[in-house]
Amino acid sequence: MQRVTHMFNAFLQVVSKELKGAFRHPSDILNPIWFFVIVVTLFPLAIGSDPALLKRIAPGIIWVAALLAALLSFERLFKDDFIDGTLEQLMLTPFPLAWLVCAKVFAHWLLTGLPVLLVSPLLALFLALDTETYTALFLTLLIGTPILSLLGAIGVALTVGLRKGGILLSLIMLPLSIPILIFSTMAIDAAAYGQSYLGLLALLAAMLVAAITLAPFAIAASLRVSVS
Amino acid sequence: MWKWLHPYAKPEKSYQLAGTLLPWFVAASVVTFVVGTVWGLLFAPADYQQGDSFRIIYIHVPAALMAMGAYSTMAVAAFVALVWQIKLAEMSVAATAPVGAVFTFIALLTGAAWGKPMWGAWWVWDARLTSELILLFVYLGIIALYNAFSDKVLAGRAAAILTLVGVVNLPIIHYSVVWWNTLHQGATISKFAKPSMAPAMLWPLIIMIVAFAAFLGTLTLMRFRNEILARESHRPWVILLIENSNKQYLQEHK
Repeated sequence: MQRVTHMFNAFLQVVSKELKGAFRHPSDILNPIWFFVIVVTLFPLAIGSDPALLKRIAPGIIWVAALLAALLSFERLFKDDFIDGTLEQLMLTPFPLAWLVCAKVFAHWLLTGLPVLLVSPLLALFLALDTETYTALFLTLLIGTPILSLLGAIGVALTVGLRKGGILLSLIMLPLSIPILIFSTMAIDAAAYGQSYLGLLALLAAMLVAAITLAPFAIAASLRVSVS
Repeated sequence: MWKWLHPYAKPEKSYQLAGTLLPWFVAASVVTFVVGTVWGLLFAPADYQQGDSFRIIYIHVPAALMAMGAYSTMAVAAFVALVWQIKLAEMSVAATAPVGAVFTFIALLTGAAWGKPMWGAWWVWDARLTSELILLFVYLGIIALYNAFSDKVLAGRAAAILTLVGVVNLPIIHYSVVWWNTLHQGATISKFAKPSMAPAMLWPLIIMIVAFAAFLGTLTLMRFRNEILARESHRPWVILLIENSNKQYLQEHK
């Protein structure tokens, strides 16, 4: 029992350390969000502002922009900890590395996934989404962005020791995130046509469960490769 | 029970085994390639709907199958490498990846060439084509990751992890793409009980599949041997091997 409380304490401590570190450099959190909003803004400017057209392509735009913004934010997930030796210290703790990695990914989601959710109403206004479609968008982002964080963490963990890991990270991670993109945009499309999208949400949720159970081990194994 | 396997964890033994297997794979692929291409491209009857352009399946289907086959062998090797910490399995992952990528590329290219007369476009966003394209991306990611590390021991382990991540993801990707869109004709020979293909057309295809499998084996074995030599280049047995082959070369060219 005591061990369980210790483990939860460790989890909370890692999360709070991450949050404190991030709030000391607020631009690290804000920049990817700005990027997300700017990319979404570019599309109406490039394609035209016809509301019917925007409504049709909105799910794709928002999800691709969310993916790109996520890519930008991944670097800081392990990079600083890798450079200053915190990762090695995490490996030396008596707690399983996979568990601590969960805490780090959760903190990362709080700092990058959650803000995307918070600015999403603004984008709904920009892209002329109705309430039903927006609800679907919000739900897919809510379920989908944690999967992105977990997948991205695998990529970062594999590339953190490399000098030019950034582009490699996108090469590794983008193909793996295709199912999330497909199911999310399908769900939003279904909502836009007034159909039920619960099944698609359930599939996304199933992927989230699979990612939460499997990804931490892959991340931990990758970190051990990168740190050794 | 598995004791006979143990000696092959030694690079030297594995190198020799690959060397003895190689000629058999070469012979098998040469014979089946000649028989399969001549039979399939010249003697098999033309399709009543697609005419002669259906013959591209004699390259397309085996390449696509072996592209996935290569990935499955990589996944098994990666699992072995990570669970039992066997360095040679990592090497075989690294050796197979480029071959698999090229097979995937061949499948895509022939698919496009077949799509032009059949669907009227070089590329359509059909489910199987798309998932094959994503398979290519995954292969390229693994190869890029492997090449990015200067320490090849770490590179092999990283590539093995990414291979396993990919193997969990690929079925999900495949089915997501299938639900997303589908235009491709259904599998023609997967249902062996009652294939929807005339035997005169089926036999050359099966021979070509064997040919591609043997060819995959050939290329992989060659790359595997190279990988072992490159990684073990400082070992006495490799140095001895090189000295001996040098001596032989000098004697022959005296």
